[in-house]
Amino acid sequence: MKIIVCISKAPDTTSKIAFTDGNSKFDENGVQFIVNPYDEWYALVRALELKEANGGSVTVLNVGDASNDAIIRKALAIGADDAVRIDAPTQDALFVAKQIANYVKENNPDMVLLGKETIDYNGSQVGGMVAAILDMPYVSLASKLDMNGTTATIEREIEGGVEVIETSTPFVLSAAKGMAEARIPNMRGIMAARTKPLNVVAAIAADNATEIKSFSLPPAKTGCKYVDADNVEQLIDLLHNEAKAI
Amino acid sequence: MSVLIYTDSADGTLTKNAFEAANYGALLAKKEGKTATAVVLGEASDIDKLGAYGITKVLHVNEAALNNFDPQRNAAIIAQAVTKENATTIIFPHDYSGKATAPMLAAKLDAGLVTGAVALPEGNTVRKAVFSGKAFADVEIKTAIKIISVLPNAVDKQIGEGSVAVENFSCEIPTTRLTVKEVKKASTELSLTEADIVVSAGRGLKGPENWGMIEELAQELGAATACSRPVADIGWRPHHEHVGQTGIAIRPNLYIAIGISGAIQHLAGVNGSKTIVVINTDPEAPFFKAADYGIVGDAFEVVPKMIAAVKKLKG
Repeated sequence: MKIIVCISKAPDTTSKIAFTDGNSKFDENGVQFIVNPYDEWYALVRALELKEANGGSVTVLNVGDASNDAIIRKALAIGADDAVRIDAPTQDALFVAKQIANYVKENNPDMVLLGKETIDYNGSQVGGMVAAILDMPYVSLASKLDMNGTTATIEREIEGGVEVIETSTPFVLSAAKGMAEARIPNMRGIMAARTKPLNVVAAIAADNATEIKSFSLPPAKTGCKYVDADNVEQLIDLLHNEAKAI
Repeated sequence: MSVLIYTDSADGTLTKNAFEAANYGALLAKKEGKTATAVVLGEASDIDKLGAYGITKVLHVNEAALNNFDPQRNAAIIAQAVTKENATTIIFPHDYSGKATAPMLAAKLDAGLVTGAVALPEGNTVRKAVFSGKAFADVEIKTAIKIISVLPNAVDKQIGEGSVAVENFSCEIPTTRLTVKEVKKASTELSLTEADIVVSAGRGLKGPENWGMIEELAQELGAATACSRPVADIGWRPHHEHVGQTGIAIRPNLYIAIGISGAIQHLAGVNGSKTIVVINTDPEAPFFKAADYGIVGDAFEVVPKMIAAVKKLKG
């Protein structure tokens, strides 16, 4: 079973969110970068479990520059066999999807797994775009994936419930909570990751379909209006008459 | 030229998110002097209601085979509708269906996509939520065809009197390798992402046996229940109730947080809520900084009083 897991670099969940260059760039000063949690905890770990049960290989794929190598090594330490970095500055989702689709087409994996979204841009775009470019089925927000030969049985989140679906390889899947339990790399994995192959390949030409012009922070709350714990009725009254929320 | 809106149905009626997207699309069409056309795939008994949200035309593919969700198939059908209607902008709800279908359509049409929009576009630029709701980005779409998926509460609802002309849309329905085997609905509980009011509780409740009052308050308010991550992780509440950065992000009209301190990861999932109420024994709890209303007090005393006050208000 040949599996490609797409991973993305994201700021740690506790990072302070600030911007520079006239609010046009994310301020990376003092920010620690991690493998995007949905890519790592769910997509990568489930891929490793499937490989352990069925044999095969797990390749992690990243589109980015050399500054991404540290998080790629982390994915290798968790257990991926090898890694490929498509060498390009990270750009918009369609650009990234075209790079991934091109690599997938040349390497014919049984499946492409990635997280449901990144925790920085929250795009939730790349998986569907890759599937559409390659004309493959796309299963998004999957919380369970079981393989039987070339048949995949998958649970995916829908509004107020779960759908059980079946598809066949090759397919693209975006992983959500429930898919697997996060793994912490052990010392042996960290040592082994240093010598595992990390191949850098050239990007193909593609345009950006979107561009971030500027960032802003949500307007600060004007301040919390406190109600005395002995006067709960006043809170309900404010919610009804002032906030018009109930 | 038209603004095309993908309106999803479930169990034979259009979803709340579909109406929100329709409203957004209609306001955009009005702003740009275009027609607001909705595409409905599968059976839906309440298509007429779209008129009140500003939709004037509906393309309906009334096939039971489309009741099940398949983004690959849906994207192929919407692409045909885009050509037929000469659509310049396509709007999706930013829910499970839009998150899967919009990117597939974008790649098919080689069009720029902005997901999670929180306001109407200004020219070619759309404001979207980023960093899990901790910031906004203004994103320019550089392609002639533009695709936008919309978060709940992105624009104020404008409901009027309009009516719709429904046209049976005959299109080519592709076969795919995906089959829906079973749909498991989580009982009759109100869906968290669709709820107008959410009552949420955390470790301050001390144990799963104490959730009765949370559920009662939610029931009195017609609200959905949610919880913080630690509570889901230790198994007090089911994982599907976990809201926050790594759980579900929600944007209800009213979010009531009881016994939740307000870690940055939790705030990220809820700070799009219109009004936030925090009840906590600790006056230093960081959640108060993000709150509109607060009570420093013990949940076990405050919540029963809230239930009584809501009953009195509604009674």
